[in-house]
Amino acid sequence: MSGDLVIETKGLRKIFISKEKGGKKEVEAVGGIDLAVRKGQIFGFLGPNGAGKSTTQKMLSTLLKPTGGEARVLGYDLAEQQEQIRRNVGCVSQTGGADLASTGMENLVLQAQLYGLDAATAKRYAAEFVERFQMSSFIERPAESYSGGQKRRLDVALGMIHHPKLLLLDEPTTGLDPQSRAYLWQEIRKLKDEGITIFLTTQYMDEADKLCDTISIIDNGTIMVTGTPGELKGHVGGDAIVFSFLSDEAARNAETLLKENFQLEGIHTRENSVHLTIRDGERMMPDLLRLLDSKGLSAQSVTLSRPSLDDVFLKYTGRSLREDERTN
Amino acid sequence: MSILRDTRLMFVRNMRHTLRSPVFVFVSMFQPLMYLLFFMPLLNGLGGVPGLPSGKTVDVFIPGLLVLQALFGTAFVGFSLIDDIRTGVIERFLVTPVKRASILLGRVLRDALVLLIQCSLITLVAIPFGLSVNPGGFLLSLLLYALIGVSMASISYGFALVYKIEDPLAPTLNTITLPVSLLSGIILPLALAPLWLQDLAKVNPFSYAVYATRDLFAGSFQSVQIVEGFGVIGVLAVLVFLWGLRMLEEMAS
Repeated sequence: MSGDLVIETKGLRKIFISKEKGGKKEVEAVGGIDLAVRKGQIFGFLGPNGAGKSTTQKMLSTLLKPTGGEARVLGYDLAEQQEQIRRNVGCVSQTGGADLASTGMENLVLQAQLYGLDAATAKRYAAEFVERFQMSSFIERPAESYSGGQKRRLDVALGMIHHPKLLLLDEPTTGLDPQSRAYLWQEIRKLKDEGITIFLTTQYMDEADKLCDTISIIDNGTIMVTGTPGELKGHVGGDAIVFSFLSDEAARNAETLLKENFQLEGIHTRENSVHLTIRDGERMMPDLLRLLDSKGLSAQSVTLSRPSLDDVFLKYTGRSLREDERTN
Repeated sequence: MSILRDTRLMFVRNMRHTLRSPVFVFVSMFQPLMYLLFFMPLLNGLGGVPGLPSGKTVDVFIPGLLVLQALFGTAFVGFSLIDDIRTGVIERFLVTPVKRASILLGRVLRDALVLLIQCSLITLVAIPFGLSVNPGGFLLSLLLYALIGVSMASISYGFALVYKIEDPLAPTLNTITLPVSLLSGIILPLALAPLWLQDLAKVNPFSYAVYATRDLFAGSFQSVQIVEGFGVIGVLAVLVFLWGLRMLEEMAS
């Protein structure tokens, strides 16, 4: 394996057996994925709920035994050297895992001791993170009294307490208020600056876009595409335009009309809006509007945007990630 | 990292939780105290029936009552584990290098210690009721109660890890504790039972503990029943602990 890779997987796969009426059924949560995460980068694993992000993260952290494939984490074999992986990887799960009845300080000190540190060193490490994440005002209170943002800071500190070289973060900002989110992003960037490699799962496009060096989009347990945010957006090959109409019917008619008359990269209609991707959108806009007007389909509003990762997701999965968020 | 160190860390963590609300240590003593106050007087009237000597019924009743406490006092510890599973605490422990066995040992040892405090207090309360107990036999009995507690706690944790939710846990544990306590001759002596019921009691490991601790309280150290009691409960404790450990290791999959 190349010395530059912190995570490397080949055909990593996980099948769960679920019990249902009429016998057991196999469910493929992760369907043989290849990953290559380079040292020192923030690697984003982007996908909707149930795509296989957490399952992958749990396999990499040794919590879940893969059904097939192979993986090396920090150069250690996932199947053979779990002890070394546990010692050198930090892990923050979606639920976080702080012991709510204990104080933040008790949580931190115990966590450090679980990594083999003696009590004095454990306390020193804990104090270091209390200062770093600005937790001194609440750290001596039971964790059940924390706000969402405070609890997340504790969760991340728990995952970092032993100074790992690789940090696995499972949806670190889900459910956080915008301010706590921004704070956490800033801390994650600082970790990167210190040379720590970060593997981050997220269902937020903006998070992947702003934070990550490389992104893999995962859907139904399969990686659809991998690249830098810029590369991925380049794949879309066009600008995104959204027309809103008075009725759903008008939107459907507009979709048919536009499809017949223009060379489009993609189009779909949801309720009363038509989303389309077209090359050179700015220049095409007047033509589009003229055609719609001529058939009595006046748009109520129009937005034009440069391609976003949401458009990338749409292109590779045929669905909008926001649609998924809504139905969930 | 040694398993002793990890177990100590986990034990201290769990003990801290217990000490945060120590009142529960006493709440779960309510049931045996009720038996002592409101049931034992009834038993006094029965003295002289097979299996129950006339006069000193308390000496026969208390060792069994403590077995009952060991069963019911630890049977429901699994609920605290479900709490830790739901909040992700167990998963967080599992991705550290901490020894898997220590995660479970730290819990069952805490449960055993709490149980021993309860058993000692109940014994003290029983002395004004005329209990006479051999001190050495009592200390050995505590070891046997601790082993019962470790067994029951392991079963409780094992099912907690299988289900991961509260709803099916209580019925499962009740389904186990009720027959094993009825088939132990704790409330009434098994000598009164028809033969088929006596035979059934022989496959109940906890009935051996009742006989063993009765002999220990009486100071009859020559009794083979003491060896049987330690043998049966010792093997049971090891087996169910290992089963619980397997459930912990397989929890995530």
